[in-house]
Amino acid sequence: MNTTQTTSQTASRSSALMQAIFVTLIGATVVFVAGFAHSQTLHDAAHDMRHTTGFPCH
Amino acid sequence: MKQMVSSALIAGFVAGLLGALLQYLLVQPDIVMAERYESGELVHFAGVVAAEAGHDHSTHDHGTAETTTEHDHGTAGTTEAHDHGEATEVSAFQRQGLTVLFAILTYCGYGLVLMGMINLAHQIGIKIGLAQGVLWGLAGFMSFQLMPALGLPPELPGMPAADFEARQLWWAVTAICTGIGLWFLCYGTAVWQRVVGAGLLAAPHVWGAPKVAAFGGIVPPELSAAFAAHSLGAGMITWMVLGGLLITLWRTDPAK
Repeated sequence: MNTTQTTSQTASRSSALMQAIFVTLIGATVVFVAGFAHSQTLHDAAHDMRHTTGFPCH
Repeated sequence: MKQMVSSALIAGFVAGLLGALLQYLLVQPDIVMAERYESGELVHFAGVVAAEAGHDHSTHDHGTAETTTEHDHGTAGTTEAHDHGEATEVSAFQRQGLTVLFAILTYCGYGLVLMGMINLAHQIGIKIGLAQGVLWGLAGFMSFQLMPALGLPPELPGMPAADFEARQLWWAVTAICTGIGLWFLCYGTAVWQRVVGAGLLAAPHVWGAPKVAAFGGIVPPELSAAFAAHSLGAGMITWMVLGGLLITLWRTDPAK
C-alpha cells in the first residue's frame, strides 16, 4: 500500500511537472507566431508590435 | 492546469491591452515619424541641405545616396515624397486594431511562459507571493526585451540592421540564456549554480550579437533615442503588471 501511495505521488508530481512544461511550450509557440513567423501577412499585421516589443524586424 | 492557462490568458489579455495603450501613447508616434523619414517624406538635415543649396547652386550632384532628396534644391526644405505608400495603405484605425490584437497575443504567450516557469518554481518549493510575481515579471522583461536589446538595440523602421535570421537566432538564444541564467542566479543554492547563472547571462553578449556593417540610418538620432527609451519603458511596465496580475489570479486557486 505504501508503495502504491509513493507511486501515485510520483506520478502526480511528474504529471504536474509535465503540465508546467507544456504550458511554457504553448506560450513559446504563441510568442513565436506573434514575434518570429516569417509569413508576410503576419509580419505586416504584427509590424508595430514587433518593433515595440523589440523582436528583430525587417 | 486549467487554473494556470486561464490565469495566464486573462493576465495576458489585460497586460496586452495596457501594452497596446502604452504603445499607442508612447511608441507609435515615434514609429509613424520614423516611417515618414523612411519613405522620404521627411529628410534628416533637410534644413541644413537647404541652407547649403542656397549658397551653392553649381554642385548639383552631391552623393546623398541615403536620402531620397531629389535634385530640385530650391525647395529642399520641403522635399516632396514621391512614392510613399505604394504598398497597400491601411487605415490608421485598422493598423492600431491589429497592434492591439498582436499585443494581446504576444502578452498571452509571455503570460503562459511565465506561468509555466512560476509553477515549476512552486513545485520545487519556492514560495510565490505578489511581490515575487512582479519580480518574475521583471525577470521576463529582462529575458525577452532588455537583455536582447543590449545586443540588438530597439530598431525603428528605416534603421539599417544585420541579417534578419541571424538576429532572430541571437535574440532567441539570448532570451533563453537570460531566463535560465536568472533562475540559477536567484534560486541556485550552491556557488557553482550562481556562477553558471552569471555565465549564462553573460554568454550571448560575450559571443556578440550580429552587427550592422555600417551606420547609415536615415532617422534622426533624437528620434531613435526616444523610441528606445519609450519601447523599453512601456515593455517594463507591461511585464510588471503581467507578473503581478498572473500571481493574483493564480493564487485564487484554493489548492495553492
